[in-house]
Amino acid sequence: MSVVMGEFMGSTGLLLCLLVIGFIAYQLGIRRASALVSGRISQLHSLPHYHGYFSALAAIGPAMIVLAIWLSLHESIIMNMVVGNLPETMTNKTDGEIKLLINDIRNLVNGNVIATNLTPEIQQAAKLYSDHRSTSFQLLTFVTFAITLLCGLSGYMSLSKEKRARNAVERFMMFFLIASSTLAIFTTVGIVFSVLYESISFFGKVPFTEFVFGTQWSPQTALRADQVGSSGAFGAIPLFVGTLLISFIALTVAVPIGLLSAVYLSEYATEKTRSIAKPLLEILAGIPTVVYGFFAALTVAPMIRNFGTSIGLDVASESALAAGLVMGVMIIPFVSSLSDDVINAVPQSMRDGALALGATQSETIRKVVFPAALPGIVGGILLAASRAIGETMIVVMAAGLAANLTLNPLDAVTTVTVQIVTLLTGDQEFDSAKTLAAFALGLMLFLTTLVLNVIALHIVRRYREELEV
Amino acid sequence: MENNQQAAPASPSIPSSQIPRDHRETVGDYTVESPRMSARDVNVHYGDKHAIKGVNLDLGRNEVLAMIGPSGCGKSTFLRCLNRMNDTVKDCKVTGDITLDNKNIYDKKLDVVELRAQVGMVFQKPNPFPKSIYENVAWGARIHGLANTNAELDEIVETSLQKAGLWNEVKDRLDAQGTGLSGGQQQRLCIARTIAINPEVILMDEPCSALDPIATAIVEDLIDELREQFTIAIVTHSMHQAARVSQRTAYFHLGDLIEIGATNDIFTRPRHELTEDYISGRFG
Amino acid sequence: MTEDNSTLSPNIPKRPRTIDVVRKNINKRNAAERRFQLYGKVAIALAISFVFILFFDIINKGKGAFVQSYIALDIYLDEQQIDPDGTRDPAVIADANYFGIIRSNLREMFPEVSSRQERRNLYSLVSSGASYQLADLVREHPEYIGNTFRLWVPADDDIDMLIKGYIDRNIPEDDRRIKDNQIAWIDKLNEEGRVKTQFNTTFFTAGDSRDAELAGILGALSGSFFTLIVTLLLSFPIGVAAAIYLEEFAPQNRLTDIIEVNINNLAAVPSIVFGLLGLAVFINFFALPRSAPLVGGLVLTLMTLPTIIISSRAALKSVPPAIREAAIGLGASKMQMVFNHVLPLALPGMLTGTIIGMAQALGETAPLLMIGMVAFIVDVPSSFTDPSTVLPVQIFLWADSPERAFVEKTSGAIMVLLAFLITMNAVAVFIRKKLERRW
Repeated sequence: MSVVMGEFMGSTGLLLCLLVIGFIAYQLGIRRASALVSGRISQLHSLPHYHGYFSALAAIGPAMIVLAIWLSLHESIIMNMVVGNLPETMTNKTDGEIKLLINDIRNLVNGNVIATNLTPEIQQAAKLYSDHRSTSFQLLTFVTFAITLLCGLSGYMSLSKEKRARNAVERFMMFFLIASSTLAIFTTVGIVFSVLYESISFFGKVPFTEFVFGTQWSPQTALRADQVGSSGAFGAIPLFVGTLLISFIALTVAVPIGLLSAVYLSEYATEKTRSIAKPLLEILAGIPTVVYGFFAALTVAPMIRNFGTSIGLDVASESALAAGLVMGVMIIPFVSSLSDDVINAVPQSMRDGALALGATQSETIRKVVFPAALPGIVGGILLAASRAIGETMIVVMAAGLAANLTLNPLDAVTTVTVQIVTLLTGDQEFDSAKTLAAFALGLMLFLTTLVLNVIALHIVRRYREELEV
Repeated sequence: MENNQQAAPASPSIPSSQIPRDHRETVGDYTVESPRMSARDVNVHYGDKHAIKGVNLDLGRNEVLAMIGPSGCGKSTFLRCLNRMNDTVKDCKVTGDITLDNKNIYDKKLDVVELRAQVGMVFQKPNPFPKSIYENVAWGARIHGLANTNAELDEIVETSLQKAGLWNEVKDRLDAQGTGLSGGQQQRLCIARTIAINPEVILMDEPCSALDPIATAIVEDLIDELREQFTIAIVTHSMHQAARVSQRTAYFHLGDLIEIGATNDIFTRPRHELTEDYISGRFG
Repeated sequence: MTEDNSTLSPNIPKRPRTIDVVRKNINKRNAAERRFQLYGKVAIALAISFVFILFFDIINKGKGAFVQSYIALDIYLDEQQIDPDGTRDPAVIADANYFGIIRSNLREMFPEVSSRQERRNLYSLVSSGASYQLADLVREHPEYIGNTFRLWVPADDDIDMLIKGYIDRNIPEDDRRIKDNQIAWIDKLNEEGRVKTQFNTTFFTAGDSRDAELAGILGALSGSFFTLIVTLLLSFPIGVAAAIYLEEFAPQNRLTDIIEVNINNLAAVPSIVFGLLGLAVFINFFALPRSAPLVGGLVLTLMTLPTIIISSRAALKSVPPAIREAAIGLGASKMQMVFNHVLPLALPGMLTGTIIGMAQALGETAPLLMIGMVAFIVDVPSSFTDPSTVLPVQIFLWADSPERAFVEKTSGAIMVLLAFLITMNAVAVFIRKKLERRW
């Protein structure tokens, strides 16, 4: 068993130990609280179990925090120490090469001996690394238990009749609640920083204008010797066009079918039909995208190709049409449930007004309900578009890698998401323009979908407010 | 008390009635000569609830019939039967005969679109379409194909708005949103929308309940003018309103049509004790 | 347009009666009505038929994955060959050339086969896993040494396809993966009763393999299990806590607005972007192990949190305010009110949302590709840090393999995945119907 894994088992063990200690502290706290007032609980400021919670939190709370911070940082600190110890000749290199070096050391420690250039320096570094790690872990165990003991005891001793244990526990709960809800902000910040950071170094190698306006995409091979970024061409226009083409095909399938089924189900269908058809439609939303991808690649694409050949059309085996059609099917329930919401938000009185004038039901729907619901429907379509643009598995499996700049749905195209997956799976070179390009594409993807979502949510909210007045 | 003959609705000096409270047959003559619409033995069920119980009622030509009664007495339900707006309500079952010009409107062969083109409706809460004022009025005429040219449509819109007494207020902003008007204007817009398709009967379901007194007065005057051309049935919560605008009044109570007669008589000489209780303000 | 009011009435008779116009147009309008309804019906029918086509296609392709063809070999274990000294030392037994035993056995069955090319075809009738199977058997039952017994070994994947009838014998030999002589041998074995197909236990008990007949989903399943455990343990408490804060405690201020906007936007961020986050933060910055369920679980937690928060908030919202007022009126603190009275009532709704979030996480693929869970991993993972893959990624990997047998395995794995998802959703629906209180 490798050092890293052993250590993780160790930290799991440590965590379990802490939990057991916490439980014991809880029980002790309850007993002490009762003992303080010799069983007359009404004399306590807080109920005994709050004293229990308080003791448990005092015992393991600080220790848990130290444990979390330690575990998340010690790896990089140790690695810095190890690299600092290496001879100068090995460390005065580019960031990328150092990362490779670190990778070699780690592989050696983990027992995956695949590194080809096993110099004695590296072997020594690996030994140093694993030594440091075990020292660090021993230290961590000691520190954790010391903190537990200290804080636990002082918490336990502080219990008294007047102790406002409930208020303390509730303050802690409040902190946990607030921390949980702010996680959403940190996630967004994390996304922005992680894609932005790598994108900036990418745009240091490849000019932003070439990336956004270039029409050649071939990250794997250089087209010219003097190519910027030295590994290939990074003009993302073919990817943008491919993404839009497939999304467009998907929306042409999903919008009419989704919208019309929503209209039929909410305006015409009987209760019974609705109770059968709605769950069936929702199944489409619950099917994992990888299943759609498989269906697109192995069933729909050959079908379209055979059909095309039979009427004399030249269809690529990984055509944009196949991926787009299947993606459209995937988005149908999305469009239909969003339209269902907005159509139901149109007040019945508006329908009554039209019907009372002698309009047929379809006239009411087409000429009163639709126009009234239009902003909401547009918002829904924007959300669906953002879904289509960000969809990954279907296009990875069915759309292929050929970066053709074309609008012909029968040709093969590639998309932003396909390229992100291709560039980041398989053998990676750290810091190469190729790897960084994936993050630049990720940034574009994040920004596009973010803008679409913000606009769509804004439109939908405005629409609801308008109808509610 | 008998000699107090003034038409003072809901005045405390109402003559004692003879017909006891538990009597459920309709008091008074519910028929008229050559009725526009007539209902015979109409029953309405909402699921298990028996909302209208065997009501017989005629609607004469060029008259305003007021339907009054406490909340939940079925007057609105009955009104909605007259142009089959109850079709849109789930679990609602209507039995009995309702005829328009001697044709049964619940006949399977009759198209509900034809019926509603002849029997228009104005609702409790103004419900203009989220379109321009012009489009609101022109909409009905457009779907029925009443105008062959744009000029004809313009004329329909103008005359309807004039009849609804709204023309002078909106003639300079016909492109403005109908939903942007005040409540009273919106309700008159809905009336204009209804008369634009030139129906024969107009049903009004508490048309003034959402309006302020000034707007109410304007709409009431309007109803009186419209009587020259249309037959109007109006459900109202306000007995004063019924007294002001109607020629005949029908009193509903828990799904039964209790009493019907000339408005003057109902408010001054109610014959049924329930009617008397209601108009003298003992409940409702 | 500035007519006098007095000219109104004379205008009216000029217009035809509405009812006459309506009657003239009514057929056209009713036809339009029927057309519109038909569009709706067609749309529904199309959408629902997609569901059926998809399921039919998958089941049709995947039903064969649950059975496997086996070929019977009559093996003689020569003691001289396996354990010449008779020590029965496991190390000696394990070192024997079982590969050779299987091959010579095949040669004996078809002595007429002589050329090198033909022999290679002959050997490839049975799976390359046959020798391991034999080795395991002998290790467990050393008493077989020196005896002859019948051993059913899995057929090679191409042969399996032939036996299951997926290979058209009428197409030219060069266009199919099975040669004519292989077909003849199998037919002969079949006549001798040496071919059978039975339930494929390997599919549920093995990890991944390059050979379709030896590949199973257990590795992917346990990878999914560990990943989901991490996701559940993190996302449920955090999601519920966030929902409680936003619904019960949060003041109306900018911070709350920012949190809400963030949650709504995160719910619509493409899943692959979460993968980029995981790669940059968890793997590159915190140096957590690649391909580990721990990291997969962390990424999926961030991804499912918005779903759980949104549905938990809806559940809290549906608890009537009267219950809160009653608790506060009895002198409970706000925290006690929430945890003792509101939370228990909202819990079924929160559970429903969480199960649906878990189902989403179980089916998610793209972000896991980013953090290296795409590696070819034979071993079944047994901890949160073992390199592993998950079921949807296994499907993605197998879908890339060109062999017909892997198509079958892929569809089989999809069926298993869908079965899990359907079960989870059914449980969610059950909880919603049975446990959720309606006010």
